[in-house]
Amino acid sequence: MSDRPAPALAPIREAALPSPAMGYLTQVYAVAAAEIQKLGHDPSELLTRALQPAIWLLLFGQVMAQVRGIADGGRYLDFLAPGILAQSVLFAAIFYGIAVIWERDLGVLHRYMVSPAPRSALVLGKAASSAVRGLSQAVIVYGLAVLMGIEVSFSPVHIAGVALFIAIGSALFSTFSLIIACIVKTRERFMGIGQVLTMPIFFASNAIYPIELMPAWLRAVSSANPLTYEVDGLRALMLAGGTSKYGLGVDLAILTAVTALLVAIAARMYPRLTS
Amino acid sequence: MAAPDSGDRPNEAGIIETQALTRSFGDLTALDAVSLQVRPGEIFGLIGPNGAGKSTLIKMLTTLLPPTSGTARVAGFDVVRQPAKVRAHIGYVPQLLSADGALTAYENLLVSARLYLVPPAQRAVRIEAALKLMDLEDAAQRLVSGFSGGMIRRLEIAQSMIHEPAVLFMDEPTVGLDPVARRAVWDHVRQLRANLGTTILITTHLMDEADELCDRIGVLHAGRLEEVGAPQELKARIGPEATLDDVFAHVTGTEITTAGSYRDVRQTRASARAHS
Repeated sequence: MSDRPAPALAPIREAALPSPAMGYLTQVYAVAAAEIQKLGHDPSELLTRALQPAIWLLLFGQVMAQVRGIADGGRYLDFLAPGILAQSVLFAAIFYGIAVIWERDLGVLHRYMVSPAPRSALVLGKAASSAVRGLSQAVIVYGLAVLMGIEVSFSPVHIAGVALFIAIGSALFSTFSLIIACIVKTRERFMGIGQVLTMPIFFASNAIYPIELMPAWLRAVSSANPLTYEVDGLRALMLAGGTSKYGLGVDLAILTAVTALLVAIAARMYPRLTS
Repeated sequence: MAAPDSGDRPNEAGIIETQALTRSFGDLTALDAVSLQVRPGEIFGLIGPNGAGKSTLIKMLTTLLPPTSGTARVAGFDVVRQPAKVRAHIGYVPQLLSADGALTAYENLLVSARLYLVPPAQRAVRIEAALKLMDLEDAAQRLVSGFSGGMIRRLEIAQSMIHEPAVLFMDEPTVGLDPVARRAVWDHVRQLRANLGTTILITTHLMDEADELCDRIGVLHAGRLEEVGAPQELKARIGPEATLDDVFAHVTGTEITTAGSYRDVRQTRASARAHS
């Protein structure tokens, strides 16, 4: 062992390893940091993603604002803005599955799977990077909302709350997307099913109309849809004088619980992609 | 398995050991009761046509695929019962692309350093050393999408050795590379073994690669390990003028180039494209 010419490279001694918790967080960060660095090298994706919320607010919102009685007596654009924010987060997150299938097809995913990182750390890393994407979307939607005269709350507590909801919502839907990817396994099938899933999640929610307008069965579906709680929380926090129907605690508890469940499922299913 | 050859030391445990390792996919037995011992510090080559079971064996040894039956130990750990331990002690260069083209070489290495829990204070030093060993120091800050196939392969080797694994698996490491780049990868693999004493298991369907690079070779055919031995030995068993191609033809009754399914062809070509 003494004649090794490359002293910088040596097996990592057990004693040098970080505590299990720190090690876990490092591995989560390894996945998330790579995604964030990629965004840094090519941020154009963030701008193109910003087009969709702009179209919803400027076209759909302007027209629907003429229809009375949708928004509980308030201004429809105020009602719509948090829904569109949640939608842009959903649409960005739902692409994670296809990105992971793409990584699998290339071979990049194998590299993560043969590393000692626990599968849940790999899933959480993706979820964390999805949160960063979601937050950057939020900045753009906020900018649009201000330009359109929507009364956005800039209280630091509210901003922090919005960031929290967006982070959890991004994590939830990106992990959901990951699970779908583990089931369908090919890009073609994912493209088909992605559309089929995204639309009901969006329309069977309170994102663009209150669930009181829905028939009873659809109202039941909406009440079981995590996006409804995401939007409910955002409505209370994004708007000056906004209110929550279910209570922020309930919203947060439901979103966190669903995310935890999905991460646990995804961690079990993730290895399927490379076996 | 083949009879022990002259260099066998009976008391030395294999750093890779499989016992009747078997994997079936439905009715198809991709790997059939393979018992193999790879010694510490050797470069061991698995040769065989596409579909012989090389990738299936590597997937099981790297814990990506559970065996149907049989056992395997890598670096002293059981691949089924201690997969996390196995993963911490191995490196893997897949046949497909494992370096991220949207990141720089340095960032790619940083991902590996974090995944393998290289202590923060050692990261920069280890990354520098790995880049140096693979002759990539000047390319560290460039995006990998602009790299040549040979550079990408060397980066992938650097990624897989940042934690100095006891065993390095390389699946068709030079597929799609031109002869010059191929030779450079061989030189770097030898360098790695000389400097760090890493045990290296490669799969290949290139006879000259197996002949020049490997200390010992195992010939896989239709899921069975038919022959194991040093290239010289295997050739001597056939006849004085025999080449590895002759060994291969003798074992499999076929030319290596004729086998392979659509899926294999697609994978090989996709990989070749990605690396050129």
